[in-house]
Amino acid sequence: MNKIVEYFERPEVGKAVRYIFYASLVLLLIAELFIEKHPYFHWAAFPTFFAVYGFFACAVIIAVSKLLGKFWLQKGEDYYD
Amino acid sequence: MTSFLPPAFIFIAGAALIPFLNGRLRQAYMILLPCLAFLNLLNMPEGNSWVLNFWEYQLTFARVDKLSMVFAYIFVIMSFAGAIFALHEKDKMQLTAAFLYAGSSLGVVFAGDLLTLFIFWEIMAFASVCLVFARDTQAAIKAAFRYIMVHLFGGLLLLIGILMHVAETGSLEFNLIGLDGLASVFILLGFALNAAIPPLSAWLTDAYPESTVIGTVFLSAFTTKTAVYTLARGFAGTEILMWAGITMIIYGIVFAILENDMRRVLSYSIINQVGFMIVGIGIGTTLAINGAASHAFAHILYKALLMMSAGAVLYLTGRSRCTELGGLYKTMHWTLIFCLVGAASISSFPLTGGFTTKSMIASAAGHEHITIIWLLLTLASAGVFLHAGIKFPYFVFFAKDSGLRPSEKDLPVNMLVAMGFLSFMCILIGVYPQVLYQLLPYPVDYVPYTGDHVVSQLQLLMFSALAFFMLLKYLKRTETLTLDTDWFYRRGAKIVVAALAIPVSWTHNKLGYIFLEKIPNFVIWFGKNPLGAIKIGADTLVVSMVGGKEAKKRLEQEKAAYPGVLKQWSISSAVAIAMVLFAAYMMLFFFR
Repeated sequence: MNKIVEYFERPEVGKAVRYIFYASLVLLLIAELFIEKHPYFHWAAFPTFFAVYGFFACAVIIAVSKLLGKFWLQKGEDYYD
Repeated sequence: MTSFLPPAFIFIAGAALIPFLNGRLRQAYMILLPCLAFLNLLNMPEGNSWVLNFWEYQLTFARVDKLSMVFAYIFVIMSFAGAIFALHEKDKMQLTAAFLYAGSSLGVVFAGDLLTLFIFWEIMAFASVCLVFARDTQAAIKAAFRYIMVHLFGGLLLLIGILMHVAETGSLEFNLIGLDGLASVFILLGFALNAAIPPLSAWLTDAYPESTVIGTVFLSAFTTKTAVYTLARGFAGTEILMWAGITMIIYGIVFAILENDMRRVLSYSIINQVGFMIVGIGIGTTLAINGAASHAFAHILYKALLMMSAGAVLYLTGRSRCTELGGLYKTMHWTLIFCLVGAASISSFPLTGGFTTKSMIASAAGHEHITIIWLLLTLASAGVFLHAGIKFPYFVFFAKDSGLRPSEKDLPVNMLVAMGFLSFMCILIGVYPQVLYQLLPYPVDYVPYTGDHVVSQLQLLMFSALAFFMLLKYLKRTETLTLDTDWFYRRGAKIVVAALAIPVSWTHNKLGYIFLEKIPNFVIWFGKNPLGAIKIGADTLVVSMVGGKEAKKRLEQEKAAYPGVLKQWSISSAVAIAMVLFAAYMMLFFFR
């Protein structure tokens, strides 16, 4: 176990993991071209729909959460004491 | 009477013995109970049994059909995993409460009538609050009090609803109620409170993270899921639930992103996940109800798994704030692996339980062409990955190194076994979903593994991951708490109390001054020389009416001289007066 952990801690392996991650993103976009689609809505069949939607959904969620937190919801930990 | 016992009896009666057992015997017993209950489940034929006559009503303790069975199976499996996780625990109060809690949830699931349901509902509240009290910290005790107050309120709503419902329909039976009339509104509110539908949700994220390592694992499984069961039974197809579910999903994500405490992050995630089930119930088609039930099944497995891994971290480090954790991957290997299985499941990665269950709900929305719900569900799937799938493991096990090097050798091995068991279950229903599908309330005509499903889900998740790492600097944990609707009874209540207290305490002070100081002082003053006091009173009256400087001056002198020298009575005359008084009393006594 410790050996595996040490292996992944090596900078070149970390870099490789990152490249594998990017490669998988590209692969998923390519794979989409080869599958048969049966979408519930015709616009959901548009290529890269899920990739784009997922990315921007997360960006919007993070932005909205941060704004709500900053201007309203987040308080110091001793707020109720 | 029948060849089986209602499983609730096995657990509730079984829990009563736990305090008397010790050591290995208790450990064996804790494993045996869920096994017995499971065998018992296999023996339960469909239909109503264990029916008790109660006045003109019938109480049904075992209403067995597909819907109750699928929840019963997962509750018993969960109790088994929980019992393994808790084997090392010596606090018998916690263990007894845990089994009582699991047993009463089974009681709710098999209740065929509203009164039986209500009784087990209340036992559940009291058993679960014991698990919060058991942490025995100042924060836990306070949270537990708030928890039980909220649940008693919810229980009252339910009771009011039930009484009105019985008065209207003359029947205690618990079947499809539907939103129709005031009685159903109260019943729905009672159920909704336990399902943690905002704004009736703050009790969950307030109390669960304050419970013990074991307590939180049990809590995460039962209360909300019994509520999902009752809603699926009583309110399937109630449209407002669709919107309530969407609210829960979005609310859960936003708050989980803002939260710092890892177990509170997972608690918000419960609300988010239950939201998916509530949406399914609101849609109400057979596919959607199947989706809700199977998602409840899978969610119990992976949420308990995630709570266990968070519990293991808390057990070893004593910390639960993300800001104080990080870098634990260096030493907590097994916990990390199990946690990642749970994280993958909750994010519905293909080959895990989340993928084969949750996708049914979105598909149901798609089938019905409810565009906005489908879009929001898909958005939420990305959001789940964000807050529970990546955020929780990332900030606890990776991120910045906290310098903590807890050794997994110090972790009771049974905790790891329990996590291993749940990981296995998550993957089992991911790769072989038929096991679960055959238990579902309606026949399943759903194929989760199509190229389209797999690729679109993976695109959604991997590009969410990309967004997470690109926006990482905005996700840094802060040492803050997040305002929730518990503000209304934690802060708001203080304002109300102050608003009420000021006039009340003012009146109280005034009355106290008059009755405790003014009047007694006057009586004392008057008693010093009654004749002189009456004279002063009369003179004051005269002076105030007639006036005159001389008279006023004399009155001042008179007051200053008060009480003056009193006439001294000799003992004999005092005794004589007393005798006369006694004689008068006797006369009164005889001749009245």
